Amino acid sequence: MRLPESPSLADYRRHIERLAADGLAALGDAAGLDALEAARVEFLGDRRGQLLEFQRALGALARDDKPEAGKLFNTVKRQLEAALAERRDQLGRAAGAYRRPADLTMPARPQWRGAKHPVTLVIEEIAAIFRELGFTVALGPEAESEWYNFGALNFPADHPAMDMHDTLYLRDDVLLRTHTSPVQVRTLQRYAPPVRILAPGNVYRRDFFDASHAPMFAQIEGLCIDEGVSFVDLKATLGHFAQRFFGAARARFRPSFFPFTEPSAEMDIECQLCHGAGCPACKGTGWMEILGSGMVHPAVLEAAGIDSEKYTGWAFGMGPARIAQQRYGVGDIRVFYDSDVRFLEQIAE
Amino acid sequence: MNVSYEWLRAFVPFDETAAQLRELITAHTATVDDLVPLRADLAPIVVARVVEEAPHPDSDHLHVTKVDDGSGTLLDVVCGAANVTAGKLYPFARTGTTIPTGITLEKRKIRGQVSNGMLCSARELKLGDDHDGILELHVDVPPGTPLLQALPLGDTQVVIDVLPNRPDLLSHLGVAREVSAVTGKPLALPALPGEAPVWDDAPHAAGAGATAGVAVRADHALAPRYMGLVMRGVTVGPSPDWLVERLESVGARSINNVVDASNYILHELGQPTHAFDLGKLAGNTVAVRAARPGEKIVTLDGVERVLDASITVIADAERPCAVAGVMGGRDSEVTDATTDLFLEVAVFDPARTRAARRRLGLSTDASYRFERSVDFALPPLALNRLTQLVLAIAGGQVAGPPVDLLEHAPMPRVITVRSPRVAKVLGARVPSVDAAARLTAIGFTVDAEESEGELRVVPPSWRPDVVAEIDVIEEIARLRGYDWFPTEIRPFRPGNVPDDPIWVQASRVREALVAAGLLEARPMPFTRGGGEAHVRVANPLAEDEPYLRRDLLDTLARRAEENLAHMTGNVRLFEIGSVFEPTAGAMPREFVRAGALIMGDRYPEHFAGPREQRWDEWDARSMAERIARAAHPGAGVALAPAEGDWLWRVLVEGRDVGGVRHVPLDAPVWAAPAFGVEILLAEMSNIPVAGRGEHAHGDAAGPVPRHWPRYAPVATTPAAEFDLALLLPEGVTAAQVEAAIRGASGELLERLHLFDEYTGKGIPEGTRSVAWRLTFRHPERTLRDKEIEGRRARILSVLDQELHVRARTS
Repeated sequence: MRLPESPSLADYRRHIERLAADGLAALGDAAGLDALEAARVEFLGDRRGQLLEFQRALGALARDDKPEAGKLFNTVKRQLEAALAERRDQLGRAAGAYRRPADLTMPARPQWRGAKHPVTLVIEEIAAIFRELGFTVALGPEAESEWYNFGALNFPADHPAMDMHDTLYLRDDVLLRTHTSPVQVRTLQRYAPPVRILAPGNVYRRDFFDASHAPMFAQIEGLCIDEGVSFVDLKATLGHFAQRFFGAARARFRPSFFPFTEPSAEMDIECQLCHGAGCPACKGTGWMEILGSGMVHPAVLEAAGIDSEKYTGWAFGMGPARIAQQRYGVGDIRVFYDSDVRFLEQIAE
Repeated sequence: MNVSYEWLRAFVPFDETAAQLRELITAHTATVDDLVPLRADLAPIVVARVVEEAPHPDSDHLHVTKVDDGSGTLLDVVCGAANVTAGKLYPFARTGTTIPTGITLEKRKIRGQVSNGMLCSARELKLGDDHDGILELHVDVPPGTPLLQALPLGDTQVVIDVLPNRPDLLSHLGVAREVSAVTGKPLALPALPGEAPVWDDAPHAAGAGATAGVAVRADHALAPRYMGLVMRGVTVGPSPDWLVERLESVGARSINNVVDASNYILHELGQPTHAFDLGKLAGNTVAVRAARPGEKIVTLDGVERVLDASITVIADAERPCAVAGVMGGRDSEVTDATTDLFLEVAVFDPARTRAARRRLGLSTDASYRFERSVDFALPPLALNRLTQLVLAIAGGQVAGPPVDLLEHAPMPRVITVRSPRVAKVLGARVPSVDAAARLTAIGFTVDAEESEGELRVVPPSWRPDVVAEIDVIEEIARLRGYDWFPTEIRPFRPGNVPDDPIWVQASRVREALVAAGLLEARPMPFTRGGGEAHVRVANPLAEDEPYLRRDLLDTLARRAEENLAHMTGNVRLFEIGSVFEPTAGAMPREFVRAGALIMGDRYPEHFAGPREQRWDEWDARSMAERIARAAHPGAGVALAPAEGDWLWRVLVEGRDVGGVRHVPLDAPVWAAPAFGVEILLAEMSNIPVAGRGEHAHGDAAGPVPRHWPRYAPVATTPAAEFDLALLLPEGVTAAQVEAAIRGASGELLERLHLFDEYTGKGIPEGTRSVAWRLTFRHPERTLRDKEIEGRRARILSVLDQELHVRARTS
């Protein structure tokens, strides 16, 4: 039943009321959101909605009838829009009405787990403990000059001490740093004491790649320089670290040698496996070597332009990969470099 | 470095067990890596008690016994020894064990009687030649105790990790000196057989001299000290047992009495010596000189070696006879036929010894010691003891007083040690008297305090490592014992050094990528690479990867291929690491970058979906944006479509910092395409901070300026939304359309969101349908329908005019 070409007001009223009834029924009874949308398009659609016809027809009415018809049109339009909104609301709430799955033993939706590398995890944990003691993080280049790597660190030229640092050279006096200690010198040249830094980073040695050696590995260095810093501070700080990191009841310090520290000391902690009783892992000693340390050699301070009479300090270095090996039970160090997804996913925390 | 526990006890009468000695040496001197019991072959032997004894029924000399080996069961054992007595203790080998003579015992019947093991004689245990009967043990231990625990049998080798600064520890004398100091027991050289030879003090001469008709010349730049002595009429032969045992206790092999005597002195005093067969030296001449280029020598190991001027030799009138400080020559080797000896006791230059050792690839006990430097004052004592030992075990006579060539002895160093400085470095006050006593105990000369709080210390000749006050402070600390110092955290000042901005940046990027589900890799940065574009390692260990990478994606691609080889197709790796670029200068440039590689399933499979979606270039693009924003927070990040291998370049404030690309892989057919992102975090400066001995304090860069996001009040007025499905002719890009829309929309456009792309049925050939949702909002009032309609019309008209883009009608 279409609206005549030139409707009377009565025609217009009859038809629009009919439309209103149909529209309200269609919108109000829509079974779901899809049906509601279909009803919306049919009655209120921008291009073919039935209401459009009545909007156009307003122009064809006699001038006196227009205000009355316009009011009618607006009323119906508002009614339909209200009905649409109401039903949309009802259906929305119905959609929000939740039904429990029947089988709750079905698995959760898995997500890819991201993970930091185990060596990174160890570095971050070490850094977090030292951060509480006022240490910040300093970095330096991996391609270094010989002076920063050896000369400034009091390495005697052509001496057996150099044999502990089999070096990969790029040029005659440019090398891949063999330890993170050059960062000590760069930092002391740039910042006046007090200096309390950690320097994590990759270092290189001319070693074959096998189960226990790699030509590149991570190291983390610590440096503390100020007036009145002593061997007692070294022992206390590193002992505190051991307690926090390993929960080790006992740590011991024994004499060692590094060209850039004096006195030099290596720190052992009670063996993590046998708790001091002696086992194959600790060669029956009950101790495990954790780090090398010492009081910064005056020659190193002087090389960096620091008055070694006024300032003293200590430094340490350790290998987070060794710690990660113990912690995660990784026997073959090559696993750390393989980047095998199956390994990295295992360590994801 | 191996020393023998028993040999040490010949120097110092200490009471400590080997295990206690290990603790002492480790705590004060150098780390003991291992204790090796030298009679490990006795480990299976236990102490057992014979409980009953009776004659064997079918033999007149055998006995049947019941033996308690501590196992709880009495064992039947047949024994042939006449001295077997009930109630006594004997060494016992159970069935299944191997006794030192190499025999493995089995359960067997002896004349009809079962025997479960063997009661052992001294000879069967290699504890002596006595085979008259089984070894009766006079010990008070329960049956079952290992024999090695019950009796102090066999020596223990003490393996010490001697670090390069302590050449003095490369001998029993050196280790014994430390043991004496820490135990407080006196130190004395062990007695040698025979009498110490007496000779007139040889006058010191520089460069040349003679002994018993042999002319000796030495270049003191090569050999700061050179002593020689001639012995005639010696009888070369086997060494006495005690000497063989001493050498075996440190892992050395007996060769003959003369060579063994020389080796004994090396291990006893740390002085390498060499015995030449004088008869084989031409022209009664011994000269220490640099080798002439091309000269050859066959060394004791039978290898012919071509020499050059970097190598010092001991030559006779004609040819080199030994590589100085490294190894003797075969032609002048002491043999059974040798009767006359030239004994050499010298100090060779450490650096040249080191050079020769490396050049020849030949490391020996001698070169190891000369490289680390041998005590300049030691040769006279070493020559005296060597001569005494050779006389005692090989006979002969000394032909004349020795020659002793040296230019000048090193001056003793006087080191002033300030007590306040000791306390400052160590953090605790070690009384001067205590410090002086401890230093004296290891051979230092300590003068009484001249002024208040100062010690004048002269280190002994065998401690070349002690040259400065700090070296003496270390001696005081270690002798006092590191354990003695208190462990208390004292107040400290905060440091001046801010976190390195690259660390901060890297940490943020790492957190972002882990949150995105990626796995961090820390691979090796070497690459096959090649050519001018890469930095080359001058001395690579592996020639297949001699270059340093200049891209992380290069490394990550190889790691992805490795994963594919393990049938892992879902790869999502990232790395934050350094790359290197060559420069015209010596130093390469170093950049810290973040790289990520994704391939395979975007989600792990789940029954409720989503299913079978793979990582694609749009994920990579989003990863790039994520990395760039984390690395450069607050900065404007844009991705520009790129040419060639790259899909997009990443721009931060207009600066190109990286890109996104498809990564070609050597991959199996089932592998999904891989996409990579590589973005610069920062350049890692490697220029010198300041000159040597200088600092640049005050020049340090301040904190990095940071652009913080600003809060814009959240709108309270309703938004008006509509969708535009547009037909884009070929060549028209989404960016062009968006620019046109923005231009035509005016400032009330709040959001422009591309949500769909469609080609195919219903879409004209050569076009595509792309849909956007536009959100408009007025900050203060509700927008009227008419206003929205007007904008819609204007946008469509502009799009049509500028780009021939029209609304999709079907």
